[in-house]
Amino acid sequence: MTQTLPENLLLKPNRPVGIIGYGAYVPRYRLPAIEVARVWHGGARGGLPIKEKAVAGLDEDVITMSIEAARNALARAGIHAHALRAVWVGSESHPYAVKPSGTLVAEAIGAGPDIQAGDWEFACKAGTEALVAAMGLVGSGMGRYALAIGMDTAQGRPGDALEYTAASGGAAYILGPAEEGLAQIEFSYSYVSDTPDFWRRAHARYPEHGQRFTGEPAYFKHITEAGSRLMRAAGTTAADYAYAVFHQPNTKFPQRAALLLGFSEEQIAPGLLSPVIGNTYAGAAMIGLSATLDVAKPGDRILVVSFGSGAGSDAFQILVGEAIEERRNKAMRTQDYIARRTEIDYATYARLRGKITLK
Amino acid sequence: MEVPRHWRLKQQRYALVGEVCPHCEGKIFPPRDVCPHCGGEAKTPYTFSGKGTVYSYTIMHDAPAGYDENVPYTVALVKLEEGPMVTAQLTDLDEQGVQIGMPVEMVTRRIRQDGDERGLLVYGYKFRPMIAGAR
Repeated sequence: MTQTLPENLLLKPNRPVGIIGYGAYVPRYRLPAIEVARVWHGGARGGLPIKEKAVAGLDEDVITMSIEAARNALARAGIHAHALRAVWVGSESHPYAVKPSGTLVAEAIGAGPDIQAGDWEFACKAGTEALVAAMGLVGSGMGRYALAIGMDTAQGRPGDALEYTAASGGAAYILGPAEEGLAQIEFSYSYVSDTPDFWRRAHARYPEHGQRFTGEPAYFKHITEAGSRLMRAAGTTAADYAYAVFHQPNTKFPQRAALLLGFSEEQIAPGLLSPVIGNTYAGAAMIGLSATLDVAKPGDRILVVSFGSGAGSDAFQILVGEAIEERRNKAMRTQDYIARRTEIDYATYARLRGKITLK
Repeated sequence: MEVPRHWRLKQQRYALVGEVCPHCEGKIFPPRDVCPHCGGEAKTPYTFSGKGTVYSYTIMHDAPAGYDENVPYTVALVKLEEGPMVTAQLTDLDEQGVQIGMPVEMVTRRIRQDGDERGLLVYGYKFRPMIAGAR
């Protein structure tokens, strides 16, 4: 970690960019991890990766969940959807292979036709990739407001290790001029490499993972490089942040990432949702941030580092502003959705997630 | 295939967009361009709040074609706070089930697919029990 960093490493917009509004969504059903263990292993063998995961209902998908999160973000932003210049949805479970999620979400929330509305794909960091693009659109002055969403109804093969955690949920962010924001995104930094840790081929229902690639060369390498390089370039240490949020495929990975970067358990506590909602893939870092904004105070700095397989991480430094106190009460908080909970068994889960073939 | 119809009805279905009468201020859903209260022309779009109460309901065990994968489900007459009554599915019901007078709120959900798995996905309004929480 002694090499010199390139100049202008940080992505810093010309015009300061803020979070104007944010909104989360978690569906109501919960599948306890012990249920997956019961069906495939006759009960828990050793520790389970999480307590339970959130499962979308029969009538929910990335489009419907994005609509609700976006409506929450609009309520906090206090702007009309017509003012948006981009509606971007990042996900690895877009309902259509070809037909944008963004146009339907835009129409449902009342946005006008004068927008960018492409969908984003980068495994679990598709949402934060859209967030970086929104920073660019707003920060360059090309558009005043942009909506970036990370949302998933995550896939995991029945019986696979991922089935314990692959969950549904995510969050939406409206970016705009920093002076209107409830928080400022001071800068971001992304670190990527071609890493074969996890993939899903076209037409394949379930993803494959590259065994030992999942941990060290993929998740930990990219998260720690993105986080440490951002902090070095910014001249900060973990002590300068009130909170940190890391991509959370299970409970242990973000805890270890925090330790490696010098963060305490208390700093990641509000944003560590994977134990109770699972891994919401492209939604995971985004909803961890929404839960953190729900409790943050003006003046707090938050470090967010996402991770997407294939592989890469986006890191953001966020400074919470005065408007947070008033605006967070204008929509459902992340924990309100988590408190709405109906436990289901594996059979109901299999039906809700389309794992029972009827014809 | 009913693609033209789904396209034509998308605004009212996705976001409960009806009309408001410029003469008597009556709120109209679904939009019909003529006010049912005063008979005047009414073409001004109006987005409903989505809040309402259950007026009556029934549970569907034998569903029409296209809805059969969702049985059993609940269909209700929902009295919107602005006045009109709409027929819609209820969703996200908990162990408490449904009661007449129960407060509900609109959500946009996947209603069905048009035909088989190659067909268009049809989205529209449903109502769910009001969630406790900040608002």
